Amino acid sequence: MFPKKNRPMIANGDRVLKDAFKDVGKYIELPARRAFLQRSMTLGGLSLLTGCAITDDESVESALLAMSRFNNCVQGWLFDPNQLAPIYPESMITRPFPFNAYYGDDEVREVDAASFRLEVSGLVSDKHAWTLDELHALPQVDQVTRHICVEGWSAIGKWSGVPFTTFLRLVGADLDAKYVGFKCADDYYTSIDMATALHPQTQLTLSFDGQTLPARYGFPMKLRMPTKLGYKNPKHIQAIFVTNTYPGGYWEDRGYNWFGGS
Amino acid sequence: MSKEIYAIHPPWLRVTHWLYVVAVVILVMSGWRIYDASPFFPFFIPKEITLGGWLGGALQWHFAAMWLLAVNGLIYLFFNIFSGRLWHKFFPLSLRAIVADLLDALKGKLSHADLSHYNALQRAAYLFAIADIIVIVLSGLVLWKSVQFPILRELLGGYEAARRVHFIGMSALVAFVGVHVAMVALVPRTLIAMIRGH
Repeated sequence: MFPKKNRPMIANGDRVLKDAFKDVGKYIELPARRAFLQRSMTLGGLSLLTGCAITDDESVESALLAMSRFNNCVQGWLFDPNQLAPIYPESMITRPFPFNAYYGDDEVREVDAASFRLEVSGLVSDKHAWTLDELHALPQVDQVTRHICVEGWSAIGKWSGVPFTTFLRLVGADLDAKYVGFKCADDYYTSIDMATALHPQTQLTLSFDGQTLPARYGFPMKLRMPTKLGYKNPKHIQAIFVTNTYPGGYWEDRGYNWFGGS
Repeated sequence: MSKEIYAIHPPWLRVTHWLYVVAVVILVMSGWRIYDASPFFPFFIPKEITLGGWLGGALQWHFAAMWLLAVNGLIYLFFNIFSGRLWHKFFPLSLRAIVADLLDALKGKLSHADLSHYNALQRAAYLFAIADIIVIVLSGLVLWKSVQFPILRELLGGYEAARRVHFIGMSALVAFVGVHVAMVALVPRTLIAMIRGH
């Protein structure tokens, strides 16, 4: 492929390949064929020359994403709505409870309690916006459960709030819909399957460890699911919507598994 | 003739063996990247020898290759048990035989004249690898689905203990592979036998 005198050295492989593409382009005018040639050169030649990881390959990536979607199905099928996450004694609560977000703890959003309204939309019959007082007036429950992060670490905390199944029934949500989506004041967003939304331990959390939910843990509210990994538990929730259209999520759109939990 | 050709390793064994290699390499390297996201021992694994690029990528590889390991493992166990090969090749096995073969091996006197016959050390090592992979798969199941498998989770001592079991199981498997590959290097025709069957 290369004239003998320009035979590439590994160090300037990139430049030589570009030159080679230019030469090839003179002879091959069909854009599709050219694109194919470039792509195959990129994969076969370039990855060998530069030592680029084969994992950059688009087809590998799409195969992995297909497996991730398959895993969503398997996990939905494995999910037993009556299987509860373990409950721990308060003596086992992790203090201080770790902070985690897609930003540092110096960038935690402050939400104004007085002007706050929780929007509810989509496949629900009651779309009125909720004040915090209205939410606090609903029956509250406690849970001491293990929060498991996608990174592997875990910590036990105590959360209190409204069982999410109670809330969904109150707003007349279509319980046969596929997804519940969340939009948050910190620009985070995520979505969950309806089966998990209706799980008895899924909680619209307003308090942490006996106190109003602190900003770093998601004031004014978060969704607490001991059956799901941390990134599935949105903080600073501003809007909840029920839908049959896949809403994705901040980390899910970047490659984390959508079901993301147990 | 054909019977003798396959006397050492039947085709299903060779196929599952090499699929194990693919699955284990992917799972170990991506698992190292996952471990690095939150190490529980005072060391991390150099990124250069991990797979996936970042945590999300490593998890995608891990949760894809786990199916290969599990399904391949089930096929391997199925054929091994129902062909009678498991009992025929790995038993009888006694601690005394293992010690005797270990001493012979250390003196360089362990014979490999007949590749179709496993000595006591090989039997112990391969049975260990089988049991270890079972432990790794079960502890992995607890990490993946900690709520859905409560009995398994409690048997392993809970979620955090299962992480350590999974990691130590991996370490033991990597140690097995190290010894295994070293032994193959010492007796290279075993490699040919695992490819050609004889």
